[in-house]
Amino acid sequence: MTLSLTNPKFRARLWQGLLVVVLLVCLWLLVANLQKNLAARGVELGFGFLSGPAGFDIAERLIAYSAESSYWMAYAVGILNTLRVAILGVLIATGLGLFVAIGALSINPLVAWLCRTYVEVLRNVPLLLQLFFWYLSLAALLPENDAPLTLLPGVFLSKGGLSFPWWVDGLWEVPELGPFGMVGGAAISPEFLALLGGLSIYTSAFIAEVIRAGILSVPKGQSEAAKALGFSGWQQLRLIILPQAMRVIVPPMTNQYLNLTKNSSLAVAIGYPELVSVATTTLNQTGHAVEAISLLMLVYLTLSLLTSWLMARFERASRLKERT
Amino acid sequence: MFKKTLVGLAAAAALSVAAGPAMAGKTLDSVKQKGVLSCGVNAGLGGFGIADSAGKWTGFDVDFCRAVAAAALGDANKVRYVPLNAAQRFTALQSGEIDLLSRNTTWTMSRDSQLGLSFGATTFYDGQGFLVPTKLKLKSAKQLKGATVCVQSGTTTEKNLADYFRSQKMSYKPVVYEDLKALIAAYAEGRCQVFTSDASQLAAIRANDMKNPADHVILPEIISKEPLGPAVRRGDEDWAKLVSWVHFAMLEAEEFGVTSKNVDKMKSDANPGIQRLLGQGNNDFGKAVGVDAAWAARVIQQVGNYGEVFERNVGKNTPLKLNRGQNALWTQGGLQYAPPIR
Amino acid sequence: MNPPRAAGPTLAQSLFRGRLNTALTLLVGGLLLWFLIQFVPWAIGHAVWSADLQACREARGQGACWGVVSEKWRLILFGRYPFEELWRPVVACLLMVAAVLAIARREWWKPWVFVSALFAIVFSVLLMLGGFAGLSEVPTERLGGLSLTLLLAIIGNIASLPLAVALALGRSSDLPLVRAVCTTFVEVVRGVPLVTVLFMASFMFPLFLPSGMNPDVLLRVGVGLTLFSAAYQAEVIRGGINSVPRGQIEAAQSLGMGYWLTQTKVVLPQAFRVVVPPLVNSFIALFKDTSLVTIVSLFELFGSLRLALADPEWRPFYVEGFLFVALVYWVFCSAMSRYARGLERDFASARR
Repeated sequence: MTLSLTNPKFRARLWQGLLVVVLLVCLWLLVANLQKNLAARGVELGFGFLSGPAGFDIAERLIAYSAESSYWMAYAVGILNTLRVAILGVLIATGLGLFVAIGALSINPLVAWLCRTYVEVLRNVPLLLQLFFWYLSLAALLPENDAPLTLLPGVFLSKGGLSFPWWVDGLWEVPELGPFGMVGGAAISPEFLALLGGLSIYTSAFIAEVIRAGILSVPKGQSEAAKALGFSGWQQLRLIILPQAMRVIVPPMTNQYLNLTKNSSLAVAIGYPELVSVATTTLNQTGHAVEAISLLMLVYLTLSLLTSWLMARFERASRLKERT
Repeated sequence: MFKKTLVGLAAAAALSVAAGPAMAGKTLDSVKQKGVLSCGVNAGLGGFGIADSAGKWTGFDVDFCRAVAAAALGDANKVRYVPLNAAQRFTALQSGEIDLLSRNTTWTMSRDSQLGLSFGATTFYDGQGFLVPTKLKLKSAKQLKGATVCVQSGTTTEKNLADYFRSQKMSYKPVVYEDLKALIAAYAEGRCQVFTSDASQLAAIRANDMKNPADHVILPEIISKEPLGPAVRRGDEDWAKLVSWVHFAMLEAEEFGVTSKNVDKMKSDANPGIQRLLGQGNNDFGKAVGVDAAWAARVIQQVGNYGEVFERNVGKNTPLKLNRGQNALWTQGGLQYAPPIR
Repeated sequence: MNPPRAAGPTLAQSLFRGRLNTALTLLVGGLLLWFLIQFVPWAIGHAVWSADLQACREARGQGACWGVVSEKWRLILFGRYPFEELWRPVVACLLMVAAVLAIARREWWKPWVFVSALFAIVFSVLLMLGGFAGLSEVPTERLGGLSLTLLLAIIGNIASLPLAVALALGRSSDLPLVRAVCTTFVEVVRGVPLVTVLFMASFMFPLFLPSGMNPDVLLRVGVGLTLFSAAYQAEVIRGGINSVPRGQIEAAQSLGMGYWLTQTKVVLPQAFRVVVPPLVNSFIALFKDTSLVTIVSLFELFGSLRLALADPEWRPFYVEGFLFVALVYWVFCSAMSRYARGLERDFASARR
């Protein structure tokens, strides 16, 4: 290879070599500063602190956890809580979004107008505002702890959340009224309800737009042919239009699912103990900011990659088998 | 274009690493050079650190900031107040955003050793307590089995709560928020039946943030030791000493009876202790910590002695109505004891 | 002459065609009517408009207390900005909005308009911060409310554009290393929530800088927002670059144009039309995302509302406060959204 600037291959190698050098220098500088600053503060880098006892309790948890469990366990509880809200949120938002999208395309102008307004309003107001509004309203409207509302035998609604019978330590317990509210059984906290409701409804507005764009992308001839063949409206939608719309729907839908998962991090503001909340408490108590935040980012990256991969498989499975 | 930006950034970073002086030992110099003391305070806790709508800050911790500014810069008003929540306070201090953290922070061993901070004097001896609505007719914290407790995240309060309930073998449900105001609102709405925090904070919340203070009562049990005091960055001993000795000077002033009103008269008092405190005659104890001889006199004149600061912010004539209790001078049965200035 | 169009169904016909339809109309119409009958008297008829706490308490349940807004408007709109200097954020905000509206007019898409708009925006920021020409310096923690939201959103969007273009070009580059670096950056930033980026900016940033450099919280958060939004905009711009037919690049190459010349003269101008509507959407997203900076204690519009509602006297009237702030956001965002849709329509029709 002629070592001349007029040789494009040489130029390419030169630029890339320079980029590598510059990046390495920057990285070295940042790490050097980091070590100097940490040494000045007497804080050491390392993930060893994670095996120490956490010292704080987490109210809502899907696995056994106490204040004596390690920070790893606290992180695990946080991740499970995030997954809980993400998976349920995705299901509810998709269902609601589908419903609203169909409504927006209805021939009834009133229903169409209502669905379009729903989408317009929810998309243009920040999620944090909506979450807080939900949470404050729920807190104000739920019945007092000493006078819960009985929805079904054994299922009660109060400021402590939705209490229902469940197995506790192997025994089937039914919630009863104690001096401070419902005891026994299991409960879904108002924070979780507010987060799930707010997230699902917000994301459903975006999903409705995605589904509506997808349905509109299917050529009108398809539905006309279906009608000529005697398919009912509902059958048209289910058998002809939606399968073809999937192609257009799946990529932006993946995006919305990812957004919902990432938006669950806002729960830190309304007191639901998901991953970000656990991470910030850990950060505060131990001072290991770099490790705590890196772990946090790693978990979210993994979740994002996982969701993208799952949706890619789904898309491949639902792809139209074109005539070869 | 992208690569050029990178090269430019790298050059700037390199230059700044080479040129930037090590700030670790020289906080006082940087404060004097800036001409203002950056003080981290509570964003809105009545009696300790709160700003009114015109932006004027008042409070027990705020007055301590002013005292340090009076000692170091000569003017108690040369303070830049940085409101911080519980999550940000330590990183703001570590990073150099603030020079002094005066924000009802508890002195614990892990904070003293692991977080790169340094504690000195304890300006307020406190303990953790429980605030409950009067209508629940509770007499003791031991009756709180199964209660829902509101607690702020990332504080010693959270850990003490877990320890206490575990040692009492009682179960409870924590409701954890980062934001104090949201937490107070949750308690006011009835989301939780108990609010736990330092007893002085509970008094402040009961007086200022509840619709009717009489509807709430602080339970008698104090479940932990909470020595609250200012914190500085580790590594700058001169600055840490100055901060601690400002507090001790305020205590000595109260012991000797020197108040903000009679400082000038006291300057001609014969008591050698007062002479040393106010820097009269040949006495210059300020030099060793980087300030001039009249440092303590300025503190007392512009801010007041410990008793004055206490009574003005959290005393019997304020909505908090706190007794001196553990914060009384050692001569009156309390814990506030200053090493002599000599 | 065009043939006459067949008359479509009238409104009444669409509403009542068929049993299901009629039932739906009656149900939805009935619900809407019921809601309006409850809402309008509450919001307007019996509402209390002045900052009268006593009147608000008496009207509780029957009338809205817009007094919350009349009492706290200064905090909500301008944060804790010093009262005597309030004209500065007012002028700055009006100037910034005027600059954005000027850029929005398609007839005015000329270089000198862009440059003067940029100058106007920078001037507004400096005006709010002060410290020159006899203006008192206002510490950044006094900035707040709607003025802070506008500042963060506008500066964040404008600053992220050059970086986004660079990242998009880098990702489409033939040089494998450049592509790898840009892809990693974009994918990592897009895979994490904005909250973590803000935490990074707030907690970790200072650790990587030499001790002695203490950038202001506002600057750190601004940089975090810029980097975050640059990654998303880079994807949009990359989509635009990909939409330019490869033949254009080949033609430019056959004419002897180098890489940079091709990009600036051939590819980017053609990508522009495709890119602008989704870019406006990402502007809207950043505008809404500024509400998250409350988590790192900067009190923009939503944060100021919560600060205002921390006052125990006015706390019960949070619904009115929330509705007002939601309305402000909605006005800004739906205006931008309508603009984007208009652009999309015009560009699509122009292309045919």
